[in-house]
Amino acid sequence: MKIVAAMSGGVDSAVATARMAEAGHEVIGVHLALSSNPQKYRSGARGCCTIEDSHDARRAADMIGIPFYIWDMAEEFHDGVVENFIEEYANGRTPNPCLRCNEKIKFAAVLERAKGLGFDAVATGHYAQMRETQDGRTMHRAVDPGKDQSYVLAVLNKEQLDGALFPLGDTVKDDVRIEAKKRGLYVANKPDSHDICFIPSGNNAGWLRERLGSESGPIVDEDGTKVGEHQGAYTYTIGQRRGLNLSIPTEGGTPRYVLKIEPKSNTVVVGAKEALAVSHIEGEKAIWCGPQPETGKTHRGFAQIRAHGAPLPCDYRSDGASIVADLDEPLLGLATGQGLVIYDGDRVVGSATVSATE
Amino acid sequence: MAIYLDHAATTPMLPAAIDAYSRQMTEVGNASSLHAQGRAVRKAVEESRELIAKAAGCDATEIIFVASGTEANNLAIKGFFWANLSKKTIVVSTIEHHAVLDPVEWLEKHDGAKIIYAPVMPDGIVDLDALRLIVDENREDIALIAVMHSNNEVGTLQPISEVVAIAGDIPVHSDAVQSFGKVVFDFAGLGLTSATISAHKLGGPLGVGALILKRGLDITPLLHGGGQERDIRSSTVNAPGIVSFATAVDQSLMNLRENFFRVENLADQLRLGIQKAVPESIINGRTGNNLPGIVNVTFPGTKNETLLVLLDMAGISASQGSACSAGVQRPSHVLLAMGISETSADATIRFSLGSTTTDDEITTVCDLIAAIAEKARV
Repeated sequence: MKIVAAMSGGVDSAVATARMAEAGHEVIGVHLALSSNPQKYRSGARGCCTIEDSHDARRAADMIGIPFYIWDMAEEFHDGVVENFIEEYANGRTPNPCLRCNEKIKFAAVLERAKGLGFDAVATGHYAQMRETQDGRTMHRAVDPGKDQSYVLAVLNKEQLDGALFPLGDTVKDDVRIEAKKRGLYVANKPDSHDICFIPSGNNAGWLRERLGSESGPIVDEDGTKVGEHQGAYTYTIGQRRGLNLSIPTEGGTPRYVLKIEPKSNTVVVGAKEALAVSHIEGEKAIWCGPQPETGKTHRGFAQIRAHGAPLPCDYRSDGASIVADLDEPLLGLATGQGLVIYDGDRVVGSATVSATE
Repeated sequence: MAIYLDHAATTPMLPAAIDAYSRQMTEVGNASSLHAQGRAVRKAVEESRELIAKAAGCDATEIIFVASGTEANNLAIKGFFWANLSKKTIVVSTIEHHAVLDPVEWLEKHDGAKIIYAPVMPDGIVDLDALRLIVDENREDIALIAVMHSNNEVGTLQPISEVVAIAGDIPVHSDAVQSFGKVVFDFAGLGLTSATISAHKLGGPLGVGALILKRGLDITPLLHGGGQERDIRSSTVNAPGIVSFATAVDQSLMNLRENFFRVENLADQLRLGIQKAVPESIINGRTGNNLPGIVNVTFPGTKNETLLVLLDMAGISASQGSACSAGVQRPSHVLLAMGISETSADATIRFSLGSTTTDDEITTVCDLIAAIAEKARV
């Protein structure tokens, strides 16, 4: 096969690339420049937007012995991921930019360009497994539960997944590091990236404040009584307890949690922990990673609502375009905008964007 | 099969220059020492200096050896600006290399310099009427005017004598890195105040260049510590590099005319072949007064990033204007300055031919280019 290996400069993509080259495929390494001004997003060892990271990726490609190129995806990244991130927050939702990046950049813009150049697939260092089954090619959790990234890949449709290769899904992270060392890849000990790559400071609230302003507004109780003031509703997340600075205590002094963010009235609603409980989740813009579940029928499965969240047993049904999940046990705090991913055992069925909860 | 068509980036060392470098490396001695070995090295360096000076039309004392063209440009720009802080304005053409633009912009940001960009006409030649106006309006405050001798991306030679005439007694610096060794370059004849030349563009080694600085002028050094080069540049003198540089200059000048026509004939073949294979392609920057071997082409509807990858996969090395420090291709500021749209600039690449380029290589490129341009159009 002719493969484009997306190389972030980290240890995972370096090992994934090395495995593809060793398997005899014709491989080129590609580093995605995601910021039009790399210095702007400069940071230490995290993220995928720095001069150092592009250098690390280049050196890894040298050692593997494959051609290496930098592809400028800054515009696509800005329009498809960064703008979406800001817009979602402005609408009182909590987006996951890694989902959008996989959906719109790595397995869309990059895959498209790769195919245009005559390549068959894009390989990344994501931890997930693709299997050939009687139902076609299906995606499953990685063997390393701590690193499993099937959640952030669940936004890929069947066609995108057919052009995707995840060579690390069958390996645990510690072994990937050992393998990197054996292969002489000097990124072997590079720390994992965390946080959001385009906010290297890790200060998401501060970053958003620069872009969305800090218009103050009321913090209210469930019955509408004003109990405090905020400096920008988007800096709060559903289920947040700390840092609310509420002046009026509750009856009995029980703590309060953020229940809801209403962007139109610029209001943050707080209340008791019990009010956070969600057992019914509705998601829109469904994407199917393999065979689509039969419509109009209730299925058993697991719902996951965070990248490294627990799989929650549930009943789910779908009309094809949306997913409704009813959890066996309620969970506490779920924001609209988050990704709802449905699993059948370890197989990823599909995903949707949370639009309503009860 | 590897077809190297990026000679303007760097060109293979000439065998005689490699020999000279190797030979000089076997000699011990610091050119600044008074003992026999030091004197021997000093002699080799000074003979090289004289040879290069003769070739560049300047006095030997006007050659200040440095480690690169970039260093020479920085030294000239910052050196002139710092030497007379009462003048704040620096005039530069819009098509200068980053080794000129970046130090000027640095001075603007950190030292209160005021930049005036002298525009170019659509053919890539500096607009002399505009320059005259700029100079007339700001004469008293101009510390330096910088206009390159020839442009590295499109190959246009610039009207330096006219620039010098407009400047009057304002110092004029010219980056002649691409010109020296390929076309006639006559420092004194042009009336320049300073100029930059570099060894690796003409078959000499990497890591050696020179600032040619009119005698009697003092500019502020960038490096202090020994004052080896006229008290303007410090560092132990790089004797092997300098001796090899001189050998490459000697060879290039000896064959200047022959090389010019050989390389330019091949470039013409390439232009014709490309236009035949890809009729909608556009050749940029042809004025009738160009460097030999520069073929700057726009392939409408393509992305140069993709073109370069496809060419590389086919074993053909070409390039594009410039890449940022992380390696991202940027639309060429030179093409934009010539009034070419960002889309067209993004669809443009440069082939640059040189001493090792052959007929067969050009034929191969002409045979492959249609399919590559087609594929890059997705």
